[in-house]
Amino acid sequence: MSNTDMQTQLLSDFQAYQNGLNGKAETPFNQLRRLAMDNFSNLGFPTTKHEEWKYSNVKKLVEKSYNFHPKSEAGEDELSALPIPDLAGNILYFINGIFHPELSTLQTPDDKLKIITLSQAITEFPDLLNEYYGKFTDNITESFTALNTAMANDGVVVFIPDNTTLEEPVIMRMIGDVREENVGSFVRNLVVVGKNAEVKIAESFRTLGEKSGFVNAVTEIIVGEDARVDYYKVQDDNDESFHIGTTQVYQKDRSYFYSATVTINGGFVRNNLNLILDGQHINSYMYGLYIPDKKQHIDNHTLVDHRKPNCQSNELYKGILMGKSTGVFNGKIFVQEDAQKTNAYQNCRNVIVSDSATMNTKPQLEIWADDVKCSHGTTTGKLNDDAIFYMQSRGIPKQEAIKLQLLAFAEDVVSQIKIDGIRNYLEVLIREKLHGN
Amino acid sequence: MLKISNLHARVEEKEILRGINLEVKPGEVHAIMGPNGSGKSTLASVLAGREDYEVTEGTVEFLGKDLLELAPEERAAEGIFLAFQYPVEIPGVTTVNFLKTAINQIRKYHGKDPIDAAQFLKLMKQKAKSVKIDDQLLRRSLNEGFSGGEKKRNEIFQMAMLEPQLGLLDETDSGLDIDALRIVADGVNELRSANRSFIVVTHYQRLLDYIVPDFVHVLYKGRIVKSGTKELALELEEKGYDWIKAEADAAEASVA
Ligand SMILES: Nc1ncnc2c1ncn2[C@@H]1O[C@H](COP(=O)(O)OP(=O)(O)O)[C@@H](O)[C@H]1O
Ligand SMILES: [Mg+2]
Repeated sequence: MSNTDMQTQLLSDFQAYQNGLNGKAETPFNQLRRLAMDNFSNLGFPTTKHEEWKYSNVKKLVEKSYNFHPKSEAGEDELSALPIPDLAGNILYFINGIFHPELSTLQTPDDKLKIITLSQAITEFPDLLNEYYGKFTDNITESFTALNTAMANDGVVVFIPDNTTLEEPVIMRMIGDVREENVGSFVRNLVVVGKNAEVKIAESFRTLGEKSGFVNAVTEIIVGEDARVDYYKVQDDNDESFHIGTTQVYQKDRSYFYSATVTINGGFVRNNLNLILDGQHINSYMYGLYIPDKKQHIDNHTLVDHRKPNCQSNELYKGILMGKSTGVFNGKIFVQEDAQKTNAYQNCRNVIVSDSATMNTKPQLEIWADDVKCSHGTTTGKLNDDAIFYMQSRGIPKQEAIKLQLLAFAEDVVSQIKIDGIRNYLEVLIREKLHGN
Repeated sequence: MLKISNLHARVEEKEILRGINLEVKPGEVHAIMGPNGSGKSTLASVLAGREDYEVTEGTVEFLGKDLLELAPEERAAEGIFLAFQYPVEIPGVTTVNFLKTAINQIRKYHGKDPIDAAQFLKLMKQKAKSVKIDDQLLRRSLNEGFSGGEKKRNEIFQMAMLEPQLGLLDETDSGLDIDALRIVADGVNELRSANRSFIVVTHYQRLLDYIVPDFVHVLYKGRIVKSGTKELALELEEKGYDWIKAEADAAEASVA
């Protein structure tokens, strides 16, 4: 198998780490990691024969070599070269997956927002970890998630206590420092939002430099009873980068989860967004936007698992495909036998701007309950020539007319983002990108 | 102002315009009538620069320029405006935003700075009032979910904003009730001036009661087969097109 090199390297890294653990090897946390590593070594990296990876080939990724233990010298100066203007709130910096408190700014007092590193959490909050960490992610069949669970060590736990409303958002900026060499990193964060608490969270991924970054990210979000969470994942990585990320959401009764996943740039991107609706009267929203060009490949897999009655989920993903890019959308909706009175809607709309771009869409509804309302639809089409001519006939040059139409198309998703700094940042990036094409 | 000579145009393999000759002088209003499928919309589209139609023969001169050499947006900037028979819906782009972009692009074409925001708003309010179009409507996505009448009034509103040299109205009257028809006609009449011309495509003579044309032409099978003054429109209203068709078909047969 072509992936043995990377696999062997990761296994031996893992072994070396285990050998260095001394007395700590038998913590439940470490048992989970060992189990995950066993699973990963059995599974290996997926090939396109795997149904879930049919259109996303990771061969190019596993054939590359990465330094998984780089030393990054990036500091304030480098970060200021990657600005998100007018961003206010709690801003956490991660460089190559490692949390950097000295670069981060926290505004919210400690009694309303706790940020602790994973290793701290193991000793200080073992119960919290035991209850949630790795409990809802699929470490058995998802090889990248298993790998992440085995390897990740330097993320954080974000904890918002019951009945707490955060005015300031929590923004996690994941910087991949690939100025010197190809860098592999494991990003792992756990967000626990207490009962009746409210928070807006954003994860921003961005490469610094021109080499290849391989980011394997897993974020777990626990949304407590009556809690309200907004979650935005935004990506602007270089063309050499590989991003394989899973956001695993677990929702309890009457909770509200609102998400937008926006991919501006990235060489190879796979986003898994999995929602478990394990309570009644839950509302879930999933928006997505991807605008690949050149040879970029962007794959969004979403899964909504309706387990209990009286919930609703709503999904809209939109794509603009330019150049020789490829896009994938796979949207699963499961409605379990118990989940009567489910309302689940899914829609995926794509505009193919260039003749060489392709889009693969697959809605997948599996419904075991009988009293449900579900609908799904996908469209993939070209720009509307009539609309372009109409705009031209009013004096708007063709390129501008196209841009205006595409911006309007993208705005449906971008306008959902309720952190002003993030929304403005994305609007600028989208404008720039459409302008260059 | 506009001189069309021996204009032939086709789409795919089908010849639709088969030798159109028409001259429009500044300030004139020309009405073009004719049965369905005779090529009226095609003529309007060719003048506006729609690429689907291939011009195979003939010339069009507009204000001293070779119109056929210009891109649609350049024609608009030079002063051509087409009020569409079927205005297009553009989701996510408001009429306000759309018009501001259009005005600024036209200004850019003429080497002018973008329009002042306050001035634009003032102009918009004034013109919207003159065609009795609701401000709220202009803040919605262009034509999306508009009624037939609202779409047509929006076309006239846009024309009033862009102040073209030559207005091409393609069946702007169809589907309008009498009140809406009057609003549209008033909008056009307000724009009439000594150096602004109109070509009004219509099926019905009733629009011409309000927008009184200087000339009336009948288009049939891609040619202008009869021209006259506004009395011709009345005659057509009374007698229909059959006699003209018969005349034209006989003339064509005798040539062949
Ligand atoms: N894009 C097109 N493709 C194919 N046929 C067309 C197209 N546009 C017009 N035609 C045909 O050309 C003829 C004239 O159409 P049109 O100009 O719309 O007539 P009118 O406006 O006078 O009713 C009709 O037979 C119509 O079917
Ligand atoms: Mg017509």
